[in-house]
Amino acid sequence: MTVEESLEKIVSQVRRDIVRMVHGVQSGHPGGSLGCAEFLTVLYNHVMKHDPKVWDMSGFNQDIFFLSNGHISPLFYSVLARSGYFPVKELATFRKLNTRLQGHPTTHDGLPGVRIASGSLGQGLSVAIGAALAKKLNNDARLVYVLMGDGEIQEGQVWEAAMFAAAKQVDNVIATIDANGQQIDGSTKQVLDGGDLAAKWTAFGWEVLKMDGNNIPDIMKTMEDAKNASGKGKPVVIIMQTEMGNGVDFMMHSHKWHGIAPNDEQLAIALNQNPETLGDY
Amino acid sequence: MKKYTYTEKKDTRSGFGAGLSVLGKENPNVVALCADLTGSLKMDAFAKEHPDRFIQVGIAEANMIGIAAGLTIGGKIPFTGTFANFSTGRVYDQIRQSVAYSDKNVKICASHAGLTLGEDGATHQILEDIGLMRMLPGMTVINPCDYNQTKAATIAIAKHHGPVYLRFGRPTVPNFTPADQNFEIGKAVMLNEGTDVTIIATGHLVWKAIEAGEQLAAMGISAEIINIHTIKPLDNDAILKSVAKTNCVVTAEEHNRFGGLGDAVAQVLTAHLPTVQEYVAVNDSFGESGTPDQLMTKYGLDTIDIVKAAERAIARKS
Repeated sequence: MTVEESLEKIVSQVRRDIVRMVHGVQSGHPGGSLGCAEFLTVLYNHVMKHDPKVWDMSGFNQDIFFLSNGHISPLFYSVLARSGYFPVKELATFRKLNTRLQGHPTTHDGLPGVRIASGSLGQGLSVAIGAALAKKLNNDARLVYVLMGDGEIQEGQVWEAAMFAAAKQVDNVIATIDANGQQIDGSTKQVLDGGDLAAKWTAFGWEVLKMDGNNIPDIMKTMEDAKNASGKGKPVVIIMQTEMGNGVDFMMHSHKWHGIAPNDEQLAIALNQNPETLGDY
Repeated sequence: MKKYTYTEKKDTRSGFGAGLSVLGKENPNVVALCADLTGSLKMDAFAKEHPDRFIQVGIAEANMIGIAAGLTIGGKIPFTGTFANFSTGRVYDQIRQSVAYSDKNVKICASHAGLTLGEDGATHQILEDIGLMRMLPGMTVINPCDYNQTKAATIAIAKHHGPVYLRFGRPTVPNFTPADQNFEIGKAVMLNEGTDVTIIATGHLVWKAIEAGEQLAAMGISAEIINIHTIKPLDNDAILKSVAKTNCVVTAEEHNRFGGLGDAVAQVLTAHLPTVQEYVAVNDSFGESGTPDQLMTKYGLDTIDIVKAAERAIARKS
């Protein structure tokens, strides 16, 4: 089996986890989670140097990741569990009382793999920059990754952080923007058109890459390019085109599945489209 | 009654700057961040002595709080510096999610709190910050009274793990506490023992409470004066012990009467020992331009206001 095939296998299971978790509690955000399934799977299983066995908050000598758009927590939890950060069976507790798998990620309950609470949007890039500055002060050469949504970057704090990272040459940060073109009230074009994102980030002084976030070979190649672009005085951002709801046909091509759960029948269709490869939780 | 004296007046923000400079030399993990107010916050010494650990973030306070939260992940102890208004209200959600809820070891250091910022007026004179910060689970809230105490508090909070809001100010005030004091977070300081009324003060109102105690003594009233530098966690035992003796209390603070020291004390008393209480605080309003002294007079935060409040409290208890 090629690397790409083994990653595809994990993605299929991650998609099953996402729709089963959201269905199980009849709440959560499947659309964005599915759209970024390939990206986060490749990041944790192929790109980042990290060892769940030695997990601690500091992440010294490890690559670390921050999820800024915290509502795609089903994806984050599935990838963390499938990478060995906590037992896969714990996915069944998602959003239920006394769970460590809160609706939006938190450090409050000590869930391994989570280093910051997120949910209120626009804060993760600043946090990632702070963690990256700490790595520089600690002479730790590993990288800091952060994922944001394209709706999320309507928040002003993102641009404060963007200006800072370029001015202060925080070149050990690799940010990814999930450009699925959708947000709660409609398409990003309808709600608040961000215009040419690549031109904006270039103007802010970032090294800008583009990739197809639903194409595993392209993710693998672009993330390698991003790593090579780091450490050269400029922060790196990847504008990642994705299809919200990718992998579940009736959830695609719309913003409608941003934050609603499938019913029993819809779950069956979704699972039928994504084979069980690693064993359901 | 103990007589307090001082040799000079100094600003509490300079106490912060001096404490930060000490920390820079003592603790390599201490990092300072400032949002374009290095001189006003008296952070110049640290910035000059440790340029590698000083981060100028520009006029972008939300980003500053987020960066500070991120720095803690790598084991750093970040001290953020800006005016109290921009340290709290402007960045409440960033503090709430990225610092308090995430249990990050960030020290939010806030100068120019309250009316004594003076001529800049109400946009800059936050009177709600203690309340905002008190409401956050896990947040420690400290408002020291003079230069020496602010310096000692700055050094002490670096050793405390968890988010801290350290509030201080712009004007020079009598520097009367000992330079070598041991600052204990959450521990009230008994300034004068008395039997007729308890006066609990914080920040700039502490010296005025001492003056009020002297005036009351001349009127034959014995006032117990307590300096509460830590508003959260509050020293409940010290308050209850004193009030059990005096049976009435005056709280004094440079803050709105809602949400500040007065309310914190009232909560303790209603739960354990319901007691007559008078507030010396701003009466649910914004400030305005003026000199610090003019403003403290106009908004009822002078020594005489504490004296009158003590008389009212004593009259009500009988």
